Amino acid sequence: MQRIGVFICWCGSNIAATVDVERVADAVKKDQGVVYSATYQYMCSENGQQLIKNAIKEHSLTGIVVGSCSPRMHEATFRKTAEAAGLNSYMVEIANIREHCSWIHKDREEATEKAIILVRTAIAKVNLNAPLSAGESPVIKRALVIGGGIAGIQAALDIAEAGFEVDIVEKNATIGGRMAQIDKTFPTLDCSACILTPKMVDCAQNEKIDILSYSEVEEVKGFVGNFSVKIKRKARFVDEKKCTGCKLCMEKCPSKKGLDEFNMKLNKRPAIYIPFAQAIPNVAVIDPEQCIKLKTGKCGLCQKVCGAGAIDYTQKDEYIERGYGAIVVATGFKPIELNAFNEFGYSENQDVITSLELERIMNAAGPTNGVLLRPSDGEHPKVITFIQCVGSRDTSGCGKPYCSKICCMYTAKHAMLIREKYPDTEVHVFYIDVRTPGKNYDEFFRRAVEQYGVDYIKGMVGKVYNENGKLMVQGSNLIDNEQVLIESDLVVLAAAIEPEPSVRKIATLLTASIDTNNFLTESHAKLRPVESPTAGVYLAGVCQGPKDIPETVSQASACAAKVIGLLVKDKLKTNPCVASANETMCNGCSQCASVCPYGAITYVEKELRVDGKTELRRIASVNPAVCQGCGACTVTCPSGAMDLKGFSSKQIMSEVEEICKR
Amino acid sequence: MTVKEQCENVKRMSGTDVRKCMKCGKCSGRCPAFHEMDIKPHQFVSLLAQGRIEELLKSEAIWSCLSCMACVERCPRAVAPAAVIEAVRDTVIRAQGANGMKAEDIPPMVDELIPQQLLMSAYRKYNK
Amino acid sequence: MQEITTKEGFVPNIVAFCCNWCSYAGADLAGSSRLSYPANVKIIRVPCSCRVNPMFVLKAFQRGADGVIICGCHPGDCHYVTGNYYTRRRMAMLFSFLDYLGIERDRTRLEWVSAAEGAKFSAVMNDFVAKVTALGENKKLSDLRVKEGE
Repeated sequence: MQRIGVFICWCGSNIAATVDVERVADAVKKDQGVVYSATYQYMCSENGQQLIKNAIKEHSLTGIVVGSCSPRMHEATFRKTAEAAGLNSYMVEIANIREHCSWIHKDREEATEKAIILVRTAIAKVNLNAPLSAGESPVIKRALVIGGGIAGIQAALDIAEAGFEVDIVEKNATIGGRMAQIDKTFPTLDCSACILTPKMVDCAQNEKIDILSYSEVEEVKGFVGNFSVKIKRKARFVDEKKCTGCKLCMEKCPSKKGLDEFNMKLNKRPAIYIPFAQAIPNVAVIDPEQCIKLKTGKCGLCQKVCGAGAIDYTQKDEYIERGYGAIVVATGFKPIELNAFNEFGYSENQDVITSLELERIMNAAGPTNGVLLRPSDGEHPKVITFIQCVGSRDTSGCGKPYCSKICCMYTAKHAMLIREKYPDTEVHVFYIDVRTPGKNYDEFFRRAVEQYGVDYIKGMVGKVYNENGKLMVQGSNLIDNEQVLIESDLVVLAAAIEPEPSVRKIATLLTASIDTNNFLTESHAKLRPVESPTAGVYLAGVCQGPKDIPETVSQASACAAKVIGLLVKDKLKTNPCVASANETMCNGCSQCASVCPYGAITYVEKELRVDGKTELRRIASVNPAVCQGCGACTVTCPSGAMDLKGFSSKQIMSEVEEICKR
Repeated sequence: MTVKEQCENVKRMSGTDVRKCMKCGKCSGRCPAFHEMDIKPHQFVSLLAQGRIEELLKSEAIWSCLSCMACVERCPRAVAPAAVIEAVRDTVIRAQGANGMKAEDIPPMVDELIPQQLLMSAYRKYNK
Repeated sequence: MQEITTKEGFVPNIVAFCCNWCSYAGADLAGSSRLSYPANVKIIRVPCSCRVNPMFVLKAFQRGADGVIICGCHPGDCHYVTGNYYTRRRMAMLFSFLDYLGIERDRTRLEWVSAAEGAKFSAVMNDFVAKVTALGENKKLSDLRVKEGE
């Protein structure tokens, strides 16, 4: 039996003017469990709180009801008050007689009656309350960053800067990501490599950062503060510690048929290679699909020429398992496949290229050493036509419904760079809308038009076809209501971007939610934009939504701040209002786990005594550190075994009953 | 029928949601009959959205549209300009009354050089 | 504010379940904006609309409630990401089942009310109470044993 104290607040005249507070206090005096009731002008004031504390001690109260303003306002206050008087803070219930009563009703009689019912409802609930205590879980002071592009690099550097250890897992042979492939960056036109590679070197030199390149996340167990991750280190057939990056093997390798992925497959590379000159780690990797030794057993030239003795054809995939307190997902993007857009002739014509391919052609370290030459015949293109929104804002099913965000700016950049370097080139851009919000962004775009004379045509291209070696681009000019036909030498498609496909697997491993476009979902679009709804998982870069480099870096640093905020704690307090399963009622049907948005529910085999016999049963087990207390599982559970602490079915039922009593 | 009703009717007949159009002009960029049309494919969608159906009903373009459906095929927003044009054409034909083409009228017109699609589109145009 | 009553002076009893993050805050906003709605609406706070077990709704009707309304965050805005989607499906099933049992559709309702929609909360409650009042007292599921006991 509870000993309940009821405290009705006047809130000055806010409540007392419409609700007869004395009558309320009086009416509930004899209710079940109530041993004390009082009113006070301002219950949240120092004196009011003292009144509560004294009553708790004097009357040995086991629960209290405060009839006052919204619990969203002062629930935390009164919980602290109770705790200070030695009462468990979850034995406090608030009856909202201000926002839900005195402020909306004018009739004093009616408002008083309602206030009595609301207070009684809270009393009914407190009668069934049980003391709850927040659990604690330890925090492993190490972070994992999945993806080694600019987002992952920035997050890792910031976390390491605060003194925590960070591992970067990168599936490719080097970190750097998409930014390493880019030639120049908007809106300042500084060279991408010049600003990125120093950061890559910082990562390699930072003793807190461990770069696990050519590796993939295979398994994730645990929860916030306490993840255990299994990482596959793919066999690169080169000893990372011995290789000096001298590239002698690359020269001698007789197999030179592999397509250079770093250069968007525009040229060939040897079977043993370092992706690019500034790669980190600067260590070779063997492509097992192309290596003659690995395929036929005959060759071994690279091993013979390697002075460091780094080549090891017997290397196998290895697995390591490490613990982490927090995980940052920074898996990045890729341009979409353009097979569905045959009106632009990408598959048929070598001289129809994507913007990322143009980046490599424009880059001094690219396949043409930075000279703008068209892929088909190596000639200088004289007329270049850009087509924007290829596959973006497309709801027909071929492309992506969203705006890829970066294309307007990089197209303006390309157009400008080409006109700068080759003033005799004619450049046309077909656009639907030019979207350039951002600091110095619209000025940048206007420069392309005003200073560099790029011809922007409002309209979309209907088709691109080859006529006598010329690319005929037929499209709309909506401003002049004309159909135009442009004889071009090179056509550049601003292909939509999509999340790197491996993100699906990562999301599943982390139980992080993902939207219909495969972007990871943030916890709150406005107020928690870098946190995944799964506690301890943070999102940086395009894996969360299309964004450019400045935004990606901001988000990565924000992630790092969140991670540091988590890792500085030695222990995490958990929300005690979590779900738990009644072991004897649970039949292990797995329905609760399927509705849990956080993956908090697992199943354990447990020996239970049932009817004098010992049985081995499969029962649900809720991890209180992961559960957020939504209650979806409680309703799904067919046997009624699942319940939510603080909002138990019995408590809510008793509230319903009390309201219906009239 | 009021102008508004006429608009709604054409929208219903075409099965197209004109508000989905993002005014990219790909339909007109693709259209092989563009230069023959007084009102261009993208304008059909835009004028219908504005309720300016009378201009469409008077246009010559409803007769020059080939019904090749290139605009429908390539629209990134799944809007169907050709269906709008066809709906306007049907409205005009229905208002005119019985001058439809019959199936037996076709064989004498067949010429091996005429593409199948032309016959099909002619039949679609005149048999209403 | 005026009480909505029929000629016979019938005042319905309404149970409202509001999720903690959106609708309960919306109701608070209705309060702080002084937007009135009938006093016969009583709110029960739940963490998420998906915490509302159909049994709670049945219990309310059994104990003599005349209408039950459940309010949650707008689709896509759920604090727990997907909770309100479960609510939407569960309540669609439950309401049609109740309809089959003779509990009129206007006695049950599911509404999305955000924390910023105090005006909407008030408007929804006024409308709901008016509809339930028009239907009169709910007798279909009420538990006679409970009535007699009182």
